[in-house]
Amino acid sequence: MSSKQDDDIRTKSGGRFSRRGFVKGVSLSTGVLGAAGVLEEEAQAQSKVAVQGPGLTPIQLDINNRPHQVSVEPRATLLDTLRNKLDLTGAKRVCDRGTCGACTVLMNGKVIYACTVLAIDAQGKKIETIEGISQGKPHPVSVAWVNNDAQQCGYCTPGFVMAAKGFLERNPNPTYEQVKRGLGGNLCRCGTYVGIRKAVLEAAKTMGGKVTGGGNA
Amino acid sequence: MNALEYANPTTLKDAVALLGPSWNDAAVLAGGTDLISMMKDLLVSPRRLVNIKNIAELGGIARKGGALRIGAAATFDDLASSAAVRAEFPALTEAVLGVTSPQIRNMGTAGGDLCQRPRCWFYRTGNGLLAIKDGKSLVPEGDNRYHAIFGGGPAYFVSASSLGPALVALNAKLRLVSAAGERTVEAARFFVSPQTPEQREVDLRPGEILADITVPLVKTRNFTYEVRQKEALDWPLTAASVALTMDGSRVKSAKIVLGHVAPTPWSAAKAEAFLTGKSIDETTAAAAGDAAADGAQPLSGNAYKVQLVKVAVKRALLAAARA
Repeated sequence: MSSKQDDDIRTKSGGRFSRRGFVKGVSLSTGVLGAAGVLEEEAQAQSKVAVQGPGLTPIQLDINNRPHQVSVEPRATLLDTLRNKLDLTGAKRVCDRGTCGACTVLMNGKVIYACTVLAIDAQGKKIETIEGISQGKPHPVSVAWVNNDAQQCGYCTPGFVMAAKGFLERNPNPTYEQVKRGLGGNLCRCGTYVGIRKAVLEAAKTMGGKVTGGGNA
Repeated sequence: MNALEYANPTTLKDAVALLGPSWNDAAVLAGGTDLISMMKDLLVSPRRLVNIKNIAELGGIARKGGALRIGAAATFDDLASSAAVRAEFPALTEAVLGVTSPQIRNMGTAGGDLCQRPRCWFYRTGNGLLAIKDGKSLVPEGDNRYHAIFGGGPAYFVSASSLGPALVALNAKLRLVSAAGERTVEAARFFVSPQTPEQREVDLRPGEILADITVPLVKTRNFTYEVRQKEALDWPLTAASVALTMDGSRVKSAKIVLGHVAPTPWSAAKAEAFLTGKSIDETTAAAAGDAAADGAQPLSGNAYKVQLVKVAVKRALLAAARA
């Protein structure tokens, strides 16, 4: 990469090198060519419903109580949009097939896998990510995670913390067995489940059986 | 995933108008918990997705006439929290709770569960539903530990539906709507064991949308028991859904439907006949389990499922009798 390009990237991402800033710039500039008028006409002949894509389509997402305007192809998942377009890289891309839970976020207060939801389909919903849960101070679930050594490599952690937050909002006073079942949508390959379950029980206690915390809760 | 168009209709009429005459024209997007992964793996590449989650008439769970109507877009979470479902059909509630991931329950829909494609790893790696290579099926000589023990081919995958066995046991009906009109199919006839590579595992045609499921409100003792290897994030190895119409303490008629042992939910006719006129206890339940496993044709790696059928039927019957 030439130093001139480096300079451009630095400018775009506010003086700091950012691979994501670079990726974002490239995808925006190529996507302009993708807007398709022909397919839309064809669709309107069949139905009054607007058909969007397959090129870049402007959408608005409500993430952590803030509106975000972004252009995505309809095939873009919420996870890839968060990570690659909005620089919200807390939700992790691990299996990318809805079976590991590393990408867990809350949508209208319910836990979901961001890898199997399309960004265009998440419009009008309140999305809450790991970046949004602490308001000035760490969220009680995060604190409990630290206290109970509930992680090793940490890759599953953001998804697990969001799954735990979503779980506690629906089950403020859970039993150990309920915690075990309630977090059944997330995997930890290091096997820190014992610490994780203890952390969720501790968080339930510190949250006093009440739904607390920031973001969209 | 290939590029595609997206449409977000709010009426069923608009939705079916957006579908096309072939599977590649458009796919129906409900919860997306499997479809989006299949598109990433290029197992399906529709030119258009038609989102049906914002169609009000496809949602909801409500008593209607002498039946319970479950909208195809009702989620597993809706089903799990429905008091009406729990009161009338523990067989359905148990099947729903068997899907242990809250993330899947929050997105996955009743219709999607019935229309999801098989999990057979030969199919999922691009060998087709019948897993035919060089003129013969890969399954009998391959790793078939999770495959069918009933049906005898040519399809050896197992139906992945969690609700299917319970809905067959409960005599549910499905309403399928297309631009040309609508038709109603019994749950038992919706599932098909394909005989050719072109045939599908469900009686759903391109251009059709599964609109709702109707379960008659007939008083039965019903339950579902699943045997599983892992507690979470996995399919059951074997399941049994039972629905018993009682005459006092005796069984007037029994429906016993097995899951994950055949390309369709599998009615255990011998066990159903055996139970007629009997009361349910440890002995009769175990004997019904044996009858249900009768005629199984296990492959090289799945004979263990024969025992699981016996256990699942016995436990489902005992739980139903207590329910």
